[in-house]
Amino acid sequence: MTITFRSETFRDDFTFRNSLYNIKRFPFPFDRDEYMYSVNMEPHIRGKADSVFENLIDVDEHYVAEMQDRALVLKEDPLRCQALPHMMTAQWDVLELLMEHQAQDYPEHFTLEKNGDRWRWVNRPMGIDDTFTFGDAATLPYPPMEYITRQAQGDFCIVDQRDNNLWMDAGMVTTQADWSLDFDIGMNFMEWHGPVPLAHQIGVFDRALKFLLNLQQGKPTRRLNWTMTVNPRLDTSPENYHKWGPDRTTVTPENVGDKMHLRVELQSLWRLPRSNAILFVIRCYLISLSELVTVPKWGRRLPRVLKSLPPEIADYKGLTRNRPIMIDWLAKYDDGAPTSAGIYPD
Amino acid sequence: MLVQGIKSRPEYKGLDIDPHAKRHLFVLEGEGAQALIDEVGAKGRDFLAKSEILYLAAGAAPKAYDVTLSALSPDVFWQASTLQPLLFRLRACLEQARMGTRLSIAGTEGFIGQIMQVAIEYGIDYHSIHTEHRGSMARRVQCVHCKGITDNVTTSPFPCSHCGLPLLVRDHYSRRLGAFQGVNIDAEEPGTAPEPEEMFP
Repeated sequence: MTITFRSETFRDDFTFRNSLYNIKRFPFPFDRDEYMYSVNMEPHIRGKADSVFENLIDVDEHYVAEMQDRALVLKEDPLRCQALPHMMTAQWDVLELLMEHQAQDYPEHFTLEKNGDRWRWVNRPMGIDDTFTFGDAATLPYPPMEYITRQAQGDFCIVDQRDNNLWMDAGMVTTQADWSLDFDIGMNFMEWHGPVPLAHQIGVFDRALKFLLNLQQGKPTRRLNWTMTVNPRLDTSPENYHKWGPDRTTVTPENVGDKMHLRVELQSLWRLPRSNAILFVIRCYLISLSELVTVPKWGRRLPRVLKSLPPEIADYKGLTRNRPIMIDWLAKYDDGAPTSAGIYPD
Repeated sequence: MLVQGIKSRPEYKGLDIDPHAKRHLFVLEGEGAQALIDEVGAKGRDFLAKSEILYLAAGAAPKAYDVTLSALSPDVFWQASTLQPLLFRLRACLEQARMGTRLSIAGTEGFIGQIMQVAIEYGIDYHSIHTEHRGSMARRVQCVHCKGITDNVTTSPFPCSHCGLPLLVRDHYSRRLGAFQGVNIDAEEPGTAPEPEEMFP
């Protein structure tokens, strides 16, 4: 299928919108009416047609605009993309994985030709046609991870595995929900999750780490995570918190439907073949409350979930200030009818 | 006592003389001198003949720990006037260090962090470094916005010494930077920062 890429912005005038097709395929993260804290891992396998799970590396109508926004972020702050020196093999693993998936699932838009180590990569939406030598970083205009993640939606962390732990040793992070790669690079799994409330005490991270250390090649895994963002802003970094923080005071009962966005991360984890590192993809999807309530099941369920959120979690996700306004506005979409199980629209 | 339970903060388990080390390098600051003096009291003086001590008196100068340390008669005792020459000397020591050298650091957390940074740069596994926290609980904090580092932070919030934003000190520590994370506390409503409160005396 040929995707029509939208021309839109994630800053200043915020012209980002979802098409009707894209609303229906939004990865709504709540499979029941009350909030439940869990690791919620499942195999990252192909799902329903016209869902974000149709392809394992999803490309959608926001692709070109997201890549333009990433380029702007990197101009302002090059430290959003960093790799420790021992991660070069893993960088090539990532380049191969992303090129192969994009070319295989979107042949109208991407082509990868391999002639031994001589590879040709064609990215039509971005007007790129490069030939390079796989394994020779000097033949690309950027280091391999930066090169390919300037052409792939989502944030990317490459996590090294050693000493029975995982280490955040490389990443391209420009669409993050308030964490800093520059601060966390080099940390292990428990360290970089340090600030997350509640989960350490109930053993969530111990179980998740154990699970990930055993991740097998060819069997990627995924989970959904979520928060809310005022305005469709991709770059909600701590670095720029003093710039986007004031947005949170601009929400009113009149504008909440258009201003407040559910921000869902489709997180997928992939064992890499040469380096034995893990690629952690954090793909961000945004939808305004007004767009979301066009699916009646989601309109009923979201206010119920928001009401059941423990205060620590609301605080960590930065929702405390605007939760009452959201719940009030959403109330009219909840007629009290039961909802079906699972995340998909009825 | 430092606040417990910060997952990303190193554990400072205390100096513990390794009898098998071929050489000991002690890098001490202020009250950190007492950590070594206590070890000598507990373990005896044998290791001192193969020990080099680098000392920065800092705020503890009136206590004249330098006299006590020097009187221990280590192989080398060297005192720095400020941190910068100490780091310079430390690099020289690590440049020439041989297999079997054991590094021990004692002092305030900001000091330990900066010495560890240099040690990690020289390829020392941080797990193998003995550390002991002594003295003030002040924190070294990096502003997440301008990336500037402020030393000896005792309050939260505090004004970033580089960009001036009032920063909340998060319980999140980067070994690579040797610093805690500071995040603007009144980003949502500038001008509403609470009064600084003494948190790390």
